[in-house]
Amino acid sequence: MKINSLLFLFVVILFFTCDYKPYSQGQVLYDFHCSNCHMADGSGLKQLIPPLAKADYLKENQKELPCLIKNGVKGPMTVNGVVFDTEMAGIKTLNDIQINNIINYINHSWGNDFGDSNVKDVKNALEHCNEAK
Amino acid sequence: MRSISTFLFTFAAILSLVVSSCVSEAQPDNLKLPILGNRDITANGDTIYHTIPDFSFIDQDSNVITNKTLEGKIYVSDFFFIHCPSICPKVKAQMMKIYDKFQDNDNLVILSHSIDTKNDTIPALKAYANKLEIKTEKWHLVTGEKDLIFSIADEYFVTALVNDDAPGGFDHSGRIILVDENRHVRAFAEGTDPKSVDHFLKDIEQLLNEDK
Ligand code: HEC
Repeated sequence: MKINSLLFLFVVILFFTCDYKPYSQGQVLYDFHCSNCHMADGSGLKQLIPPLAKADYLKENQKELPCLIKNGVKGPMTVNGVVFDTEMAGIKTLNDIQINNIINYINHSWGNDFGDSNVKDVKNALEHCNEAK
Repeated sequence: MRSISTFLFTFAAILSLVVSSCVSEAQPDNLKLPILGNRDITANGDTIYHTIPDFSFIDQDSNVITNKTLEGKIYVSDFFFIHCPSICPKVKAQMMKIYDKFQDNDNLVILSHSIDTKNDTIPALKAYANKLEIKTEKWHLVTGEKDLIFSIADEYFVTALVNDDAPGGFDHSGRIILVDENRHVRAFAEGTDPKSVDHFLKDIEQLLNEDK
């Protein structure tokens, strides 16, 4: 019994010292839904997939993010001076809370400091996705 | 007393597990890479190794690419499709690593097969190549007869299947394959795993050195 609890403690400590990061749900969701394209380090891929790390587009289009993530985006866009024109499919299965967590994760990762998002704004944005900007 | 030693033992066991999983397996560098796949022995005792059969495809610049085109070179092969929402960009990023590293080595080329023969037309492949900023003579993105592409995937030990339920309509593995100048498969990497690709880079170097 005692050994088990010691071992357990050891594993728990190991887990936290190695793995403690804020925005952990956002990170899990990002790794699952986004990292295949935008890469785990947010670097994107050449002129095929835009970066999220230190991306001016991300910084300047915070209000559009919930709809962009849910419904996708297509047509040319310029990110950090490079023109991208490949369709990104939306990820329909994500709910408001998950989208909010992803936004907070990408806003605070890889040197980004693009502010906090909250569920209320995400919900609100999603209700007005298709209206003219 | 006993319980402490059991504890220590378990602790040591865990620790050694952790350590051994971190250290990548050492590989003696004088060893040749194995030739992978089934082999047959002929009546007079010669071994016949698994060999990629003849092929003929068309690349992003409309060049016909056959086994003859690649003669005398080793090549790295994979299977992909442009509108792939899942693993492809990740695998492409790793392929890019290989491309960058061996960009100036004339003995190596890359051959990427599109499995979406309907949508990945030559102009689509060209646009894709431009977005990746790659040189055609170094990295051929090929299309061709659908049956031939799917059957040659088997020869590279890669899964490629049409599956309407899979993301993008295809099931395929992100495997990257190293082929020598005799068209024998010599090494693999999982394109979704950067560590496996780092090891693969060493395999490529080893094969290039073998041939010298
Ligand atoms: C199938 C590949 C793919 C996946 C998966 C994907 N994206 Fe994208 N993303 C793209 C492409 C391609 C563009 C550029 C779209 C264009 O050119 O119009 C883009 C654009 C963006 C942009 C705006 C440009 C920028 O770099 O700031 C953001 C933000 C973004 N994606 C976030 C995400 C998030 C968050 C996820 C996961 C929920 C995600 N993407 C999943 C391919 C993908």
